[in-house]
Amino acid sequence: MEHYNMNLTLKVWKQKNNKDKGRFETYKVKDISSEMSFLEMFDVLNEQLIAEGKEPVAFDHDCREGICGMCSMHIDGRAHGPWHETTTCQLHMRQYKDGDTIVVEPWRANAFPVIKDLVTDRTSFDRIIQAGGYISVNTGNAVDANSLPIEKQKADEAFAAAACIGCGACAAACPNASAMLFVSAKVSHLALLPQGDPERKMRAMNMVNQMDKEGFGSCTNIGACEAECPKGISLENIARLNREYLGAVFSGSSNE
Amino acid sequence: MPLNSKIPAGELNKKWEDYKSSCKLVNPANKRSLEILVIGTGLAGASAAAALGELGYKVKTFCFQDSPRRAHSIAAQGGINAAKNYQNDGDSVHRLFYDTIKGGDYRAREGNVHRLAEVSANIIDQCVAQGVPFAREYGGLLSNRSFGGTQVQRTFYAAGQTGQQLLIGAYQALERQIALGNVTQYSRHEMLELVTIDGKARGIIARDLVSGKLERFFGHAVLLCTGGYGNVFYLSTNAMGCNVTAAWKAHKKGAFFGNPCYTQIHPTCIPVSGDHQSKLTLMSESLRNDGRIWVPKAQNDTRKPGDIPEEERDYYLERRYPAFGNLVPRDVASRAAKERCDAGYGVGASKMAVYLDYAAAIERYGKIEVGKQGIANASKETITQLGKDVVKEKYGNLFDMYAKITGENPYEVPMRIYPAVHYTMGGIWVDYELMTTVPGLYALGEANFSDHGANRLGASALMQGLADGYFVIPYTLGNYLADDIRTKSIPTDHPAFAEAEKSVSDRINKLMNIKGKESVESFHKRLGKIMWDKCGMARNAEGLKQAITEIQALRKEFWSNVFIPGDVDEFNPELDKAGRVADFLELGELMCHDALNRNESCGGHFREEYQTEEGEALRQDDGYMYVAAWEYKGESQFELHKEELIYDVVHPSARSYK
Amino acid sequence: MNWKQAFSTSIGKKLQMSLTGLFLILFLVVHCYINAQIFWNDGGKKFEEAAHFMGTNFIIRTVEIGLTFFLLLHIFQGLNLWLRNRSKRSVRYAVSAGSETSAWYRRSMGILGSLLLIFLVIHTSKFWIPNRASQIAGNGELPLYEMMKHEFQYLWVVVIYVLGCITLAWHLVHGFWSSFQTLGLTTHRYKGIINAIGVAFAIIVPAIFALMPIAFHLGWIS
Repeated sequence: MEHYNMNLTLKVWKQKNNKDKGRFETYKVKDISSEMSFLEMFDVLNEQLIAEGKEPVAFDHDCREGICGMCSMHIDGRAHGPWHETTTCQLHMRQYKDGDTIVVEPWRANAFPVIKDLVTDRTSFDRIIQAGGYISVNTGNAVDANSLPIEKQKADEAFAAAACIGCGACAAACPNASAMLFVSAKVSHLALLPQGDPERKMRAMNMVNQMDKEGFGSCTNIGACEAECPKGISLENIARLNREYLGAVFSGSSNE
Repeated sequence: MPLNSKIPAGELNKKWEDYKSSCKLVNPANKRSLEILVIGTGLAGASAAAALGELGYKVKTFCFQDSPRRAHSIAAQGGINAAKNYQNDGDSVHRLFYDTIKGGDYRAREGNVHRLAEVSANIIDQCVAQGVPFAREYGGLLSNRSFGGTQVQRTFYAAGQTGQQLLIGAYQALERQIALGNVTQYSRHEMLELVTIDGKARGIIARDLVSGKLERFFGHAVLLCTGGYGNVFYLSTNAMGCNVTAAWKAHKKGAFFGNPCYTQIHPTCIPVSGDHQSKLTLMSESLRNDGRIWVPKAQNDTRKPGDIPEEERDYYLERRYPAFGNLVPRDVASRAAKERCDAGYGVGASKMAVYLDYAAAIERYGKIEVGKQGIANASKETITQLGKDVVKEKYGNLFDMYAKITGENPYEVPMRIYPAVHYTMGGIWVDYELMTTVPGLYALGEANFSDHGANRLGASALMQGLADGYFVIPYTLGNYLADDIRTKSIPTDHPAFAEAEKSVSDRINKLMNIKGKESVESFHKRLGKIMWDKCGMARNAEGLKQAITEIQALRKEFWSNVFIPGDVDEFNPELDKAGRVADFLELGELMCHDALNRNESCGGHFREEYQTEEGEALRQDDGYMYVAAWEYKGESQFELHKEELIYDVVHPSARSYK
Repeated sequence: MNWKQAFSTSIGKKLQMSLTGLFLILFLVVHCYINAQIFWNDGGKKFEEAAHFMGTNFIIRTVEIGLTFFLLLHIFQGLNLWLRNRSKRSVRYAVSAGSETSAWYRRSMGILGSLLLIFLVIHTSKFWIPNRASQIAGNGELPLYEMMKHEFQYLWVVVIYVLGCITLAWHLVHGFWSSFQTLGLTTHRYKGIINAIGVAFAIIVPAIFALMPIAFHLGWIS
């Protein structure tokens, strides 16, 4: 791989706090290596700003290996930037060339209020999980793990759904700001497994209700979520959530 | 103060059973009025909070991230060990216990490790019941793979995302308790001080990282589940936010720090590409199952890997350790890579890397597939293609990650890897009940020192985190709280809280008022370099002494020249980071003291003065078969307490993987 | 969860869209079949017979009330969803690269639907409303075939109709598949088939409709 350096112009959203209106600031960064990750480029920017005595840009990040789901930038109109199935932290600067201008915004959805700059509050996702995204089993009650054989294909599908990292890109990318892909991934993961069966009706109902309460929009099957999901969660999960929901509606959910 | 590890008497395999049946219990009505603070929500914290919530305790959890699900346990790739013996290959509780003790280079407690092996099987059962989608065979039963340092297949896994799946399982259990009202969650909160009253841990001061406000929380007990301190090296496979702050505050309030010098350097990480590097990325140890590690036989060989013929390659692990080959434990593999690179055989632009080659595995799998599919006279291309498909199925996500980071295609060219800081076996000293030297203060998971000795085997960090959280603390905490049921909640206007809050606020103001010239990041990098060069993969007395002086000087400079932008009463990541780096600057010094004190090589601690002629670690069992527990006595003042390690069952011998 | 709640959550509202949409798709099939009778080129005989049956049969007329209700519900819920969803993102993105992540027509159902609504007003005011008005007034059915012949002499009418059909086609490309997706029927096994049928339907039915004004205008039907 040939390495090169580049100079870039960044238009970054700055917003002091939730009350502030916010605006774009333009920054120049120099000698960015093509080997850097996108967030390392932001590190360079922030070091530069600190050296100038200015306030750095706040952004969420933690593991920087694409699994914690903390990083969350909307880059040139794309959630997590232009690479397919890639989080912002795994996007690398060889994507860009000298002289490029990059526009970076926070996730925008009313259910993800901005805390500062590019940092948003995604606790709505926690509350959706609290509404039913679990299997009610207390510690110490489990039977032997192999006493319940599970068809490999089902287990693999459940795993594919469970690969969701809860980053919020689906809702950020959705023109309706809907969190259906997130909710459906969890409902699918648990509905595909026999362990999740007893609570499946209540789970689908309660999680959908909570999603609505949090102020997410409703799904109109556009598919931007699937295209932007860094973990490749499929729209089939949304179909499955719809099916679970219908099942719960027509057979009566067990919390009645 | 003499250290009492409180290991129950009796036969090794009866200790935990006996403890469980004789420990004190708390009745359900009393549990409701007992408050517990859990700091950190990774595998240990989330599982502990969930399990204690289920029991009816009133629990509060704290994490600095925006959600408990972000904790760095999530990044563990390879798997989790359990003595299930599903493969009928001779595994047992005893063998897992033995492998762990031996892997830890005979520097762990027998009692703790045996308990860990005993509960390992329950962990798998519990996780499956929660819906953790482990890999399965076509028959619907769980699949296993092998990992370094063992000769059985006991590792359960979920593709290359085992940690993620286990953490999500624990997180969901935790969220359920939140929904049921048993647990309250405080995210974007960081513990900045431990509050002790009459010598007991009674609460914490936490900072709300969004508003910047300091908050007081009371607890009958405090559980530190805050992970490891590998970020003291700046570059590590840890997440950017991983820190020692909570543990360090506890240390300064009386909790001894155990074996701080024991750090694990993981052999298979993507090499550093330049000064801009902010973190290192691990490539799962499971890759060593099928990949072969080599360097050219000639020094400074600049040919492309594909142009180097087979006979000019040195598969140095297979050469040196024929019995375990590429699957030697991590410390051994890491040192061997460093040895080759230092001797001038390294590859890549930096010459600080070795090859991890999948060509042989692709060919082997390809041939098997050809045989399975009954293809006659298969061409080389067909074999390679089929082989690649198999490798993709097994390791696809890891290969993708490598390709994204390096821009190279690992299916075509061998991966370049180099060791990197990964895990810290050392941590807060705890007794058998996981209680620190401060009554009512516990440490779980990577935050404690207990189970891995001087080196951790692959796939056992997840095991330990969950063992501590799900199966150990629910018993041992009850044993302590049973005597505390008459203690009413202490109001947080108690002078001890006020005093603790003031000390935190003074320190923050002090930091903000330095208004120097250098960024926090820059200090952190400089500290990391000292640590890596002098207290990293190889250490010697002279280097360590230098390091101590350098760290002291750097710390002084930090406290006079750091610049923190922004304000105290707002979301200010630079301030958060400054507090953490300030603590690392103190911890780093202690690590060097510990490394200097331990005149032997064992596990991840390699002192150059103590090695065999072949360059293997040389333990000094006569003088150092003890846990070094350090007591904080003031700046740069640490007092050593020794906990002798007594081996009743295992006979320590030279660790050999040849 | 009672029935009212079941249909009022975000999925419930979509369910209304899906079920009414599928009903409208069925209606399109019938409507298309009846109107296609003109292609017999028999001076509208077969067409008038069918139209007469549809216009006077008691059951059909009852279903027509349902149809009207479902259509209004589809329109109302569609606009409601559109506005509601727009309100979920108060601060909009400065840069949006929507076309890289989704097809334009999937994002534009609100606009396509609104255009269809305008077309529908024009269309019904030309045929259906005068016809039913005449029936209600006791003057009997109007000569629909002759009316079509007359209307489609004008090029601008033909252009509006063709544009209406194109709008319908795009609305259906998404709507057909989307209805099944909302009902959860687009499983891994069936989604390919459903999608293919949907696209075929979205091309064929509007194409037949569009051919009618064109055929009249160009004198293929006399």
